[in-house]
Amino acid sequence: MSLTRQDVEKIAQLARLSITEQELPVTVASLSSIVDFVNELSTAEVGTALPMAHPLAGLTQRLRADEVTERDQHEKYQANAPSVQAGLYVVPRVIE
Amino acid sequence: MLHTLSIGELAELLTSKRLSSVELTQHFLARIERFNPSLNAVITQDAARSLAAAAAADARIGRGETGPLLGIPLIHKDIFCTDGMRTSCGSRMLDNFVAPYDATVVERLANAGMIMLGKANMDEFAMGSSNETSWYGPVRNPWDTSRVPGGSSGGSAAATAARFAPIATGTDTGGSIRQPAALTGITGIKPTYGRVSRYGMIAFASSLDQAGVFARSAADAAPVLQAMAGFDPKDSTSVDAPVPDYVAALRNPLAGLKIGLLAEFFEGLDPRNAALLEAALDVFRALGAETRAVSLPSLPLSVPTYYVVAPAECSSNLSRFDGVRFGYRCQDPKDLMDLYQRSRGEGFGAEVKRRIMTGTYVLSAGYFDAYYVKAQRVRQLITDEFRAAFGEVDLLLGATTPTPAFALGEKVDDPVTMYLNDVYTIGANLAGLPALSMPCGFIDGLPMGLQLIGPHFSEARVLNAAHQYQLRTDWHERRPRGYDA
Repeated sequence: MSLTRQDVEKIAQLARLSITEQELPVTVASLSSIVDFVNELSTAEVGTALPMAHPLAGLTQRLRADEVTERDQHEKYQANAPSVQAGLYVVPRVIE
Repeated sequence: MLHTLSIGELAELLTSKRLSSVELTQHFLARIERFNPSLNAVITQDAARSLAAAAAADARIGRGETGPLLGIPLIHKDIFCTDGMRTSCGSRMLDNFVAPYDATVVERLANAGMIMLGKANMDEFAMGSSNETSWYGPVRNPWDTSRVPGGSSGGSAAATAARFAPIATGTDTGGSIRQPAALTGITGIKPTYGRVSRYGMIAFASSLDQAGVFARSAADAAPVLQAMAGFDPKDSTSVDAPVPDYVAALRNPLAGLKIGLLAEFFEGLDPRNAALLEAALDVFRALGAETRAVSLPSLPLSVPTYYVVAPAECSSNLSRFDGVRFGYRCQDPKDLMDLYQRSRGEGFGAEVKRRIMTGTYVLSAGYFDAYYVKAQRVRQLITDEFRAAFGEVDLLLGATTPTPAFALGEKVDDPVTMYLNDVYTIGANLAGLPALSMPCGFIDGLPMGLQLIGPHFSEARVLNAAHQYQLRTDWHERRPRGYDA
């Protein structure tokens, strides 16, 4: 196993994912197999190739004009939220 | 047998008013009702909405309007946002998500007069090669319901193969249109990166994701891609370049076309698969094309490269699902961290969590250079090799998949074996190239696909070559048994 149980718990914590006790052994094994698999890249000769920035040569992402294009639709968007009060998203208390 | 007609034939019936779009829509809705329970290809429908759209198309036809897609039904992959309709992306996370707007692809095809019959099942967040990771259960292959249809656009592919609609949309990040098209005996095209807007298409790996089309044939796919393609100011990666006439280009002769055979794709290929490709090459040669061997030495690294780049981007993109603004929220969170962790832990399935964690790992301190930067350098190398190859040939040809459709459950416990399904398709995504899969024969009674890859923005040439092949072969006309009554 290239990854330990502690490694996977740390990765899950960084990714904000709860992993149950039941899921852990399978997750350690499958993530290890994936890491072993992609380790094939470590011996790849890449010469002077630079890290790719965009699939189309010479293109970069456009910036849009700094103009207001949206109208206020917060009620429509917040209809999908699990908990809303007075137009605000409700989460557990974060400040004591 | 309306479902066996091409969209050209259907458009003819519609504009001559021998058939209404409402009748055509009812025909396909009845097929879905009858056959979908055994395939699980369609997961959301609103028949009243479909019929209202069909009536509106009939009204447009009544006013003398014409168009190749006016009144023609289609099914959208459930990764495309549809205003007022659930858009789940195959995930428990979005099981209760009603999109507040239409994806540009949905909007453009609706404006062209196409009728949405429903939303297609898919691998969760488009992560999978068998359509077994969906929260809504696996899709089955209409050629053999004990087998997978491929993925991630498995519902779109199975629906098109079983003739639930003449057209379905899909997305292709590592082969998710071409691999299921091959395994279900239909035609599927992934255009150049940036050709079709990604606005409203739920993001998986933003430097690879691209929307495309499933159809019975290249001739049916051409007008649909035509309507989907083109600049969209709402997508920062959309390319502002004119869209050529894909339909007109279908008729071009292939005399003198140079087709490159990817040596890396033929190495170790199942001899039965190689024989199908050889037979296809004979057809292309008879059409006047020349063939020659081409080598892309870095191509065998495409799968490990992809499984660093795509999970890295997925781990960033999927961080938006936090249980706060939309999507699944866990019961009784004890604090904010618990809310994030359990909402995501319970809302995502095993494969999605695996990819988020892989991405988190390769981007984490101490590993970023060794994995992510290295993978992006290999990706550049692969892209450069493709570019050099297209200095010598017009198109590249190879298999779409190593094998025909495999059994449900066969590879689900072994992620790396599953990932290797996409060994022939991933290269085109890494380099942003257009690529198409179309049927070229059968192995053990199951359809197989051949793949054509072209240089950037050569969709017209890819569709042209596929159409000319389909004029001289009938593999694309074969339909799975049991779906005609």
